[in-house]
Amino acid sequence: MSAVADKVGMTRRRFLIAGSGVAGSLVLGLPAFAGAPLDSDRLIGFFVQIETDGSVIIGSNQPEIGQGVRTALPMLVAEELDVDWSMVSVRQMPLGIVKTADGYDWKYGVQGVGGSTGLTENFDHMRQVGRTARGQLIKAAAKRLGVPEEQCSTRPGVVICSALGTEIPYGELVSEASRLPLPAESPALKSIDDYRIVGSRQKTIDARDIVTGKTRYGVDTVAAEMRYAVIARAPVLNATVRSFDDRDARKVAGVLDVFEIKGPELDAPYLILASGVAVVATSTWAAMQGRDALTIEWNESPNANDNSQAFWRENENALKEKGQVVLDDGDFDAAMESAEKVVVRQYRVPFVSHAPLEPQNCYAFVEEDRCHIIAPTQSPSGSSRSAAAVTGLPRENIRVDMTRVGGGFGRRLTTDYVAEAAMVSKHTGWPIKLQWSREDDVKNDFYRPGGLHEMHAGVNGNGEITAWAQRLASASKYYRRPDMPDENLFGAELYVDDFPRRIIDNVRMEYFHNTIGLPRGSWRAPAHTANAFVIQSFLDEVAYETGQDSLQLRLKLLGEDRELEYGGHGGETFNPGRLSRLLTFVAEQIGYGQKLQQGRGIGIATHCTFGGYAAHAMEVTVADGKLRIERIVAAIDCGLAVHPNAVEAQLQGGTIDGISTALGLEITVENGQVQQSNFHDYPLAKIAAIPALFESHILPYDDKPTGVGEMGIPSAAPALTNAIFAATGIRIRSLPIAEQLES
Amino acid sequence: MTNFTINTKSVSFDGDENTPLLWVIRDALNMTGTKFGCGIGQCGACTVHIDGRARRSCITPVSTVDGQTITTIEGLAAPDGELHPVQQAWLEHDVPQCGYCQAGQIMATVDFLKRYPKPSDEDIDNNMTNICRCGTYVRIRKAIHRAAELNAPGEDS
Ligand code: FES
Ligand code: FES
Repeated sequence: MSAVADKVGMTRRRFLIAGSGVAGSLVLGLPAFAGAPLDSDRLIGFFVQIETDGSVIIGSNQPEIGQGVRTALPMLVAEELDVDWSMVSVRQMPLGIVKTADGYDWKYGVQGVGGSTGLTENFDHMRQVGRTARGQLIKAAAKRLGVPEEQCSTRPGVVICSALGTEIPYGELVSEASRLPLPAESPALKSIDDYRIVGSRQKTIDARDIVTGKTRYGVDTVAAEMRYAVIARAPVLNATVRSFDDRDARKVAGVLDVFEIKGPELDAPYLILASGVAVVATSTWAAMQGRDALTIEWNESPNANDNSQAFWRENENALKEKGQVVLDDGDFDAAMESAEKVVVRQYRVPFVSHAPLEPQNCYAFVEEDRCHIIAPTQSPSGSSRSAAAVTGLPRENIRVDMTRVGGGFGRRLTTDYVAEAAMVSKHTGWPIKLQWSREDDVKNDFYRPGGLHEMHAGVNGNGEITAWAQRLASASKYYRRPDMPDENLFGAELYVDDFPRRIIDNVRMEYFHNTIGLPRGSWRAPAHTANAFVIQSFLDEVAYETGQDSLQLRLKLLGEDRELEYGGHGGETFNPGRLSRLLTFVAEQIGYGQKLQQGRGIGIATHCTFGGYAAHAMEVTVADGKLRIERIVAAIDCGLAVHPNAVEAQLQGGTIDGISTALGLEITVENGQVQQSNFHDYPLAKIAAIPALFESHILPYDDKPTGVGEMGIPSAAPALTNAIFAATGIRIRSLPIAEQLES
Repeated sequence: MTNFTINTKSVSFDGDENTPLLWVIRDALNMTGTKFGCGIGQCGACTVHIDGRARRSCITPVSTVDGQTITTIEGLAAPDGELHPVQQAWLEHDVPQCGYCQAGQIMATVDFLKRYPKPSDEDIDNNMTNICRCGTYVRIRKAIHRAAELNAPGEDS
């Protein structure tokens, strides 16, 4: 376990104990909580509430963005608590920030979802929460019955004392249990073989509310006296407001106030994305109408000449030079020298936008001494930081509530829209709901960085790849970060420990940082999407160029189960054998190797993403330049599948995200302006693009869960483009596929 | 002044008559089940029924629904709470991920099944154009077929 993880683990344990504390009870090491009373005597700790009728309300501390944590985490609690899942409902917890002597602590544990860690980082914590609460109920029963605890056990929702033949429902024991001192350590957890809930197919706990329209997302926040706000943002990247004329805007019925929003400092870390003019009104529509009626003069931006074409040319030119060598295993030059065959290819991966279906929005109410934020966010603590930066209030005076989130994909790890909402509320003194339009969202994003990759392989007489290089020119996501030296910029774009490091002996990676005014950020599975496309396409090309079978070439490289050192996120090890197993499986399922008619082809790809493993096989037809995906086989190995229904959903969703993005999505810039604006020119795939023949498989591995939210996407695009090559001989080396098959 | 019926309730709206029905439903009536996704008729998140037909409320000026009957996701289940077969099918197949598009998907499907009671996959491809950013299409397709099996009688509100 890394030092960081260790520390997090420690913190978690402390909070479990603190979290189970009530007034006057043992709250080890956390005097700040000692006097904090719980809301109700039906609570055992912060997370578990049991009603007299035996119904159980479990707190969920993480943001739900569609990945299923609001179901999966309570499943872990319910499993160890020993209750029937049908008795469980879920309550969303706010950010649990607590001021300490030397900073802040988090009474509900670390909160925030990104990097597919929502489940894995809480796996032990949530099980311990459930187990400890169960222990308290047993203690309370033993005390009441006057028997030793060892004579008591549980069945779902009930403590049993077999010696006396007595049973007491949890609901009757809670208030006693909630007053008992806590153990210094969590009781031993259940054996995985005894799981009844974890690993079984449970449904999304909120599904009924969703299909009846009851679920509240950020956009649905309504509060007394609330006003509605929109912001007209600079159309040119990094332009600032020179002056504006709001006379017509103020004439729009319902418009209450119009004022300038100061933009970000050039090259400083972003608080918000753009300079602009805010319009506050009595309804969203009135605010939008007011915005349309504004006339704004903008100052010339330093990015006014930014241009995608120039950016791509600069990347091409950069690759002609020598870049920063960020990995140099073995002797790459010598291995290339002695290679029988050399293959060199370039691949272009575009900028793309997150485009979650719920446009950014946030409720903020800034008062003199406090602030309330209600946000659809992946980062409640980031939301708290942003609101603090805007208001100057101490963070413990800022309450952050999270709604269900209409899609995350990494966009809502940044909280610029929270800062904006706080700015508007602070300026007006009103409770504000800030609403972005789709155009605001497409044009103001932290985009996935685009890059041009150049791949080199040296192959010996036996068809073995002995030398491998990846040279990347891109605009790093890590720019504009505090304390980020230039030589570390590559780290966001090239993951040096990924395949084929430690598999091929002579490996070199080179990076060239290019600049463009487009803001960049984390987009689902960040650099894995680009790198899996590039590597899995290139392997296909090497196989073709050297007359080898693409599957066999991969399997030879991936080999048997073994743990390779892996220093990146998702480590500490990488087991290429798990990819072999998945790839073999999907290849067999789809009938890889069969003879297909002209215009029909099968492609395969596999990738390990942040510690989780997936593979895809796709069959396509291309006729008259029209692509049709006929069949998809997707498989994931996420270790223990805690909530298999969500694992399957994420595998499907990730695959479709990969296909949708590869088919038609790209963000481009001309004269410093993002050229796309809405779904007509940023065309997310519709159902017709996704075949009915879609199989999703979960291959079990061990009892340790990996994340699942990002693992399904990286190998989807290269499986598709490899299939296109098999069908047509056309190699897609530039994404999106768009019209490339039509010529 | 625009008068219309929404989920059996009579309402009137006296604001700007160009206001899209979506914003009247959401901001004036505070019914939040109908979602805003794009505002230009591209995504279908705002789909409601106007006199029984699926319509994208973000591009429907409120003045055009005067005297008409609107059904939103909140009004789809029977008054006793029994879910519409399409909602039931959605639960059986556990369709939602983030869930944001699903009200629109369900409203679109209810109308689609009236026109195609036993749809083929091709019918689905040709008619279902709502966007799901989370990529729930595999389950949506299964749920549509399942709803057809449950013999969606169409809405009777
Ligand atoms: S919000 Fe109406 S179609 Fe997208
Ligand atoms: S479930 Fe998230 S957009 Fe469809």
